[in-house]
Amino acid sequence: MLEECAVLVLFAFPAMADVSADRARALEHMVTQDCGSCHGLTLKGGLGRPLTREALANADPEGLTLIILDGIPGTAMPPWRPLLTEDEALWIANYLKGKD
Amino acid sequence: MRALAALAFALLTSTALAADLPQAVATGDLGLVIERASGSLVLIDRSDRAALGRIEGLGDLSHASLTYAPDERFAFVFGRDGGLTKVDLLTRTIAARTVQAGNSIGGAISDDGKLVAVSNYEPGGVKVFDAETLALVADIPAKGKTVGLVDVPGRRFAWTVWDTGEVFLGDFSGAEPAVEMIGNAGKNPFDAVLTDDAHTFLVGLFGEKGVTAFDLWNPAAPPQKFLTDYGKTGEDMPVYKMPHLQSWAFTEGQYALPAVGRHEILWVDRESQTQTAATPVHGQPVFIIAQPASPYVWVNFATPLNDVVQVVDSRSHEVVATLTPGKAVLHMEFAPRGAEVWISARDDNAVLIYDTRTREKVGEVQAEAPSGIFFTARAHQTGL
Repeated sequence: MLEECAVLVLFAFPAMADVSADRARALEHMVTQDCGSCHGLTLKGGLGRPLTREALANADPEGLTLIILDGIPGTAMPPWRPLLTEDEALWIANYLKGKD
Repeated sequence: MRALAALAFALLTSTALAADLPQAVATGDLGLVIERASGSLVLIDRSDRAALGRIEGLGDLSHASLTYAPDERFAFVFGRDGGLTKVDLLTRTIAARTVQAGNSIGGAISDDGKLVAVSNYEPGGVKVFDAETLALVADIPAKGKTVGLVDVPGRRFAWTVWDTGEVFLGDFSGAEPAVEMIGNAGKNPFDAVLTDDAHTFLVGLFGEKGVTAFDLWNPAAPPQKFLTDYGKTGEDMPVYKMPHLQSWAFTEGQYALPAVGRHEILWVDRESQTQTAATPVHGQPVFIIAQPASPYVWVNFATPLNDVVQVVDSRSHEVVATLTPGKAVLHMEFAPRGAEVWISARDDNAVLIYDTRTREKVGEVQAEAPSGIFFTARAHQTGL
């Protein structure tokens, strides 16, 4: 039950990750434009895999956060750690999970 | 009476001519700018440095590109969502459109202008269409995502496959397509380019170091891999945007190539295919484009260092100018004789026009999140 609550809270308040409203707007822009270079502007995939909510249904936000921060060695997915804080990566993971 | 009729006819004709003439438009100095987020194109006039209008309804245009029919009237736009759209520059309308795959990455038109080929990610392969009607002519499936599709003289196309490294040469001049695997480029080709003489098909590799060259004048010749030990000594930096090879610069007997995972331009001697120099630059190069009729190449960079454009002299390999045209520079297109370069700044919603001699800004055209800029002069260039 406790675990369920935690998950609910995380989903309901993606901004819980410590990110300002300004920065959130910049991150949203970054997802669309820069992630979109490989994953498609509508995130339906390209050289990279689809990142739609449907495609990420079984992915947990912490796992996604790590992929965003450290990339996937041996693939074209780069580590974004030099450009993002852990909170910002978590914000993106939650944003992707919650996006229509 | 007869004279009257003749006069009436003459009047009619001249009125008709007068009505037609001012509307006549030449397309030789026109171009299209892709508005990647809104699925639209801006029609531009290079001589007037102006936008003429907008064409909408082209679907997902992230990473879109286009090519022109030989008459410079029609453009074929390759969308990310598998959409292939034929656009009429004269009427500024969509002449034909087909959603031919789920996910695509560019295309090419045959040397005679009769066929349009599209490179598809999902399902992987190449589809070939009649340029007049967009009816499907051939469907060549692949074991993965096809990249680096180019036109080759003789109604042929060449392409490679990201997943397998295979390189294919397809001949569509006969009743049936003849597709031949001409070799394997290596691990994860990310793009390819044809030299301006249509002699060498250069395939850039992402999964390993190096570039593989295929001799299209003699496709039976074994491919040559070069730059194979480049960068093995150092730690590579992350690549936040794949470099593009379509505009690899060929200048002064050299190839100017983007290093992958390094903030450098690599110079390779065309004859010996050996590296002759490396130029440290501002970031990960994305496009390196030769300024026509000059010794200079212009380069833009991957995010987050994408507000800068640098100019490099291909004789000295030195950076001779560093410009900051705008936020998120995605593409550069030169006037065919090199006098101007048009630069798209996505996050400024603008295309900036620079004089290439003074390197000063001389104009600006508004566009929503612009990416690729394509002048109609491309209609007559092999490999574009």
